[in-house]
Amino acid sequence: MKRIWNPGIHEFCRRILFFSWFLGFQIFNSSAFPAEKIVIGSKKFTESYVLGEIAKRTLNDAGIPADHRQGMGGTIILWEALRTGQIDAYPEYTGTIAEEILKNRQRSRREPSDVDEEEQVNQSASLEKMREALAKSGVGMTASLGFNNSYALVMRRDKAQGLDLHKISDLRNHPELKIGLTHEFLDRQDGWRPLVARYQLNPRNVIGIDHALGYAALKNGSIDVKDAYSTDAKIAQYDLVTLEDDLQFFPRYDAIFLYRLALPGSTIAALRKLEGTINEQKMIRLNATAERTKDYARAASLYFGDAARSTIAGESFSHKLVRWTSRHLQLAGFSLLLSVIVGVPLGIWASRGGAIGQVILGFTGVVQTIPSLALLALLVPLPFFGISARTAIAALFLYGLLPIVRNTATGLQDIPRSLRESAIALGLEPGARLRKIFLPIASRSILGGIKTSAVINVGTATLAALIGAGGLGEPILSGLNLNDHVTILQGAIPAAVLALLVQGLFDLLDRVLIPKGLRL
Amino acid sequence: MSALVQLTEVSKKYAGAFALHPTSLSIERGKTTVLIGPSGCGKSTSLRLIIRLIEPDSGTIEFDGAKISPDKIDILRRRIGYVIQEGGLFPHLTARANVLLMARHLGKPESESRQRLVDLCVLTRFSENLLGRYPVELSGGQRQRVSLMRALMLSPELLLLDEPLGALDPLVRAALQKDLKEIFARLQQTALLVTHDLAEAAYLGHEIVLMNEGRIVQRGSIVDLRETPATSFVTEFINAQRSLAVI
Repeated sequence: MKRIWNPGIHEFCRRILFFSWFLGFQIFNSSAFPAEKIVIGSKKFTESYVLGEIAKRTLNDAGIPADHRQGMGGTIILWEALRTGQIDAYPEYTGTIAEEILKNRQRSRREPSDVDEEEQVNQSASLEKMREALAKSGVGMTASLGFNNSYALVMRRDKAQGLDLHKISDLRNHPELKIGLTHEFLDRQDGWRPLVARYQLNPRNVIGIDHALGYAALKNGSIDVKDAYSTDAKIAQYDLVTLEDDLQFFPRYDAIFLYRLALPGSTIAALRKLEGTINEQKMIRLNATAERTKDYARAASLYFGDAARSTIAGESFSHKLVRWTSRHLQLAGFSLLLSVIVGVPLGIWASRGGAIGQVILGFTGVVQTIPSLALLALLVPLPFFGISARTAIAALFLYGLLPIVRNTATGLQDIPRSLRESAIALGLEPGARLRKIFLPIASRSILGGIKTSAVINVGTATLAALIGAGGLGEPILSGLNLNDHVTILQGAIPAAVLALLVQGLFDLLDRVLIPKGLRL
Repeated sequence: MSALVQLTEVSKKYAGAFALHPTSLSIERGKTTVLIGPSGCGKSTSLRLIIRLIEPDSGTIEFDGAKISPDKIDILRRRIGYVIQEGGLFPHLTARANVLLMARHLGKPESESRQRLVDLCVLTRFSENLLGRYPVELSGGQRQRVSLMRALMLSPELLLLDEPLGALDPLVRAALQKDLKEIFARLQQTALLVTHDLAEAAYLGHEIVLMNEGRIVQRGSIVDLRETPATSFVTEFINAQRSLAVI
């Protein structure tokens, strides 16, 4: 879609991704990821999840094994993943392709008078151009799935009726209205600023707010107007009205699937069977089902007309919790192990001071200051990493380094000179000194660093869900997406408990690993 | 018999200033030599040069008639026992493990080492019951006895003691001085002791080397120093310490 669940992330990732392209990171092709299974990606919002599930089912029903990587991020991450063959297909919207992927900046705005047939012709012509441009990246595009999910401005029905507002132009007379917009809409080429210019609005209260939270704000009157997508289930649910786009500002956002042209013909044919099969009402219904049941597979099965099958798709909470938690522990545990294996030797090296020590401590310190989302976004376009658990582990590993390196270095540096010299004077070789004397004496500090890393990793691992690597971040993200506190807590509480358990485990480990003489 | 250690024109600078001016010094076998002088006179520097914690800027250091090549330094260190003021015991090891550390590291037979440990306990008047304790569980005097055992474990040819009793209270100190004297005599131990306490030097040392500002001022017995002082500094140093006894 033109949209992503959290636009702030999107924007950040996009800038960093472009930067890394300049550095020439993009030399990657599909070969590193053997395509035994077709991988469907989806963006981080309900409709994309549902369409991803539908595509997966369709392919599976056609005898083609397929996986669905849910909620991988925003437009640029998905597009890059597709282009480099890390995924094989994902649902997208024509408007987004034009605006965000192909960057048609010169797109001329139409005058409201000359819409109709001429416009239809332009539309199909530009679709052909779009196909050509996409083909240059090895990407193909299905025809419309059957609905146009355009941007819209929505209001509460009572408020709109009270002020007699029907069209976006009517906003011109009400600059006092509080307008809450997603960050992406605020920033888009076809978003708020050009819209304001086109409609000559002069709003006084404009704030940025998360999409799902914005609906809650609209409902309780904190804001009066918000941007929405015309197939949002919430429009019907909250009884909102859509302001008519009387100046034809918003481009069309026909839902399509993008796929790699290198896919087997049978796979492409199966995907194309979805063309024209979902109209707007149907999509709204599927979205509403997904949001109500928190179960995308069940919503998808509605498309196939067999709600009965949903019981198969539905996973029990305890089963999900086990899956999330074990994945979470895998991510945090494996990355911690790497951090220890690399961090302790680096810390030993750094403890010797000098320029190298400064560089090591400086590097690990800088890594720590990179926001985790940015670090993930930086790693995603690199060969080998991509959209995978590897990327999450690599990021967590880098975050885990600093506490271990620093504590190892200071633990060793803090050993009194008298003890250091006693070890030397005894005639112990350097390796034996380190093993038998220095590391045991520094063990409390080193273990403290590992403990800090472990707790940080357990917390930060929730972000792995942003790139589809799973873990307890999965319910947190989909909960944020659905504005559903219970779902958020399903991830947040276990994550917090896990952090406490890890802390406790290390306190026990202290007793085993720290020599008794140091604990007296 | 030749000297066990011979320093010839050895000097050491820190930050451009001489900690030890070019100095020659010999340590005789079987005797206790005491380095004495005010703080910063170069006495600890001399000790640290001998066990190669620091390298000289000039001059040569011979041990048992031979210069020591860099790859043999650890072997040299195992022929020397080293006791410092706070003992330098490793806090994560018990008294026993501290003493046996090197014997175990070098793979000596455990039964022999154990026997040696028992003998050392008798020699240093350290209760065997305390061997399982960690350094923090021992008193200052006990720690120094353990440190001494650790230094003597491999029967070193030379024992270096850097103000070993400096941090102890007077009673413990007096007891240890007496024990050290007996131990050195019984073992015929070649020892080099650093102290700033003239009474301790006089009591333990066969020979006293008085140092000041990185140079040896006078070498001899306490009687030599008192009766025929080489410079006014010698008299000044002796009087400064004696003045307390007069009160």
